[in-house]
Amino acid sequence: MQAPNTQPIRVMIAKVGLDGHDRGVKIVARCLRDAGMDVIYTGLHRTPEEVALAAVQEDVDILGISILSGAQMTVFPRVLELLRGQHGSDIAVVGGGVMPDEDVVELKRMGVSEVLLQDTPPQAIVESMRRLVRERGPR
Amino acid sequence: MGRAVPPLALVQQVLEGRLTAVARMITHAESGEEACHEALAEIYRHTGKAHVVGITGVPGSGKSALVTRLCKALRAGGRSVGVIAVDPSSPFSGGSILGDRIRMNELVTDPGVFIRSMATRGALGGLARASLSGVDILDAAGYDVVLIETVGVGQDEIDVVQAVHTTLVVSAPGLGDDIQAIKAGVLEIADIHVVGKCDRSDAHRTVTDLKNMLAMGHRNSQGYGWQVPLIPTSSVSGEGIPELLTAIDGHLEALTSSGELEQRRRRIAQTRLLKSAENILRDQFQRHHDRQISELTDRMMSGRTHPHAAAQTLLNQFRSERKP
Repeated sequence: MQAPNTQPIRVMIAKVGLDGHDRGVKIVARCLRDAGMDVIYTGLHRTPEEVALAAVQEDVDILGISILSGAQMTVFPRVLELLRGQHGSDIAVVGGGVMPDEDVVELKRMGVSEVLLQDTPPQAIVESMRRLVRERGPR
Repeated sequence: MGRAVPPLALVQQVLEGRLTAVARMITHAESGEEACHEALAEIYRHTGKAHVVGITGVPGSGKSALVTRLCKALRAGGRSVGVIAVDPSSPFSGGSILGDRIRMNELVTDPGVFIRSMATRGALGGLARASLSGVDILDAAGYDVVLIETVGVGQDEIDVVQAVHTTLVVSAPGLGDDIQAIKAGVLEIADIHVVGKCDRSDAHRTVTDLKNMLAMGHRNSQGYGWQVPLIPTSSVSGEGIPELLTAIDGHLEALTSSGELEQRRRRIAQTRLLKSAENILRDQFQRHHDRQISELTDRMMSGRTHPHAAAQTLLNQFRSERKP
């Protein structure tokens, strides 16, 4: 049982663009739930605008976006820009899915906090989320 | 939003309707932290303008899709809408999957709509502890209508009726016979009955069962001149949504002109007072009485006391500690 007055970490999990594969993202959502987090799932085929605004309204700690379509270099810069415009830049953006290593380096340079690729074990995903919130500190 | 802004410093921005401030204030309210109460008290002084509408019904009856349709209809009429959508927390991990937004995505880029998902975190009754503070925040931020979507309820989770001006109970086809319709509980609390999914062929049966139930009862005329209507809707086609909006506005009109609105406001205030007292007590118990609770449980397990006597002992200990 959750001790009273400990705030669960809030995570939004999103699928952006023309990518219909959501089995992985559902497993991630489920394992974060089982780690005691509040997980807001947006469903498939969202736009960067929808996702960024929803993340601000939901005041999430982390916005996780899964991409299996190869659109990461378009989607992430746009989401980061929108979050900055909405005063949501203290939301940590995390990427997931399948993408080339050089893209991962570039995404982190742009401001994506973490990229968790296809072989990441569930417990490592949970640990990453906790670490990001710990590093950010209270807000 | 900067780091660690104290809640009180956000109040002015909430009153101006600033998105990030509204969102962060709801987070503070959910945390229940000591620092948020002063801010919430200030916000409470600015409430009372919004029409607060509760939407309840069994899981899968189409509440989220209906909320989406209602938001669009309200926006078309120029009104802004705040939504608090409640989903259950896991009793084991405390975590949750909040999925009501999936059906509301098309609304999000409209600045006149604010949607917030909330997990129950162990609260029973269909709402989360912070749901009503969330309503206060959206009301004070200037949203004209605030919709609370409860968790999917069973037969008895009726907290929402003590918390809103207008209660919608959503039924869907294929979930039970005419006996379900005359049982006590959720179906009794409706100010407006909605039958969703009327694009389905078996919907007429549900409509008939509920209509018969309403015809049998005495509470369908609620004593302030309001006849509880039954409105078939389809969130697929949009059928029935204009009629539903008319009924919601008509209900507020009936509440206002009869004086019932003041009664309900008072009832809501009293419920919140009692709920808050309950929450404070429960928190104090959990924080300071773990040892006593454990000892008394041991005594019950060994047959030396029974639940009522143990509870009396616990309360006596609690009281004696609090005497000056």
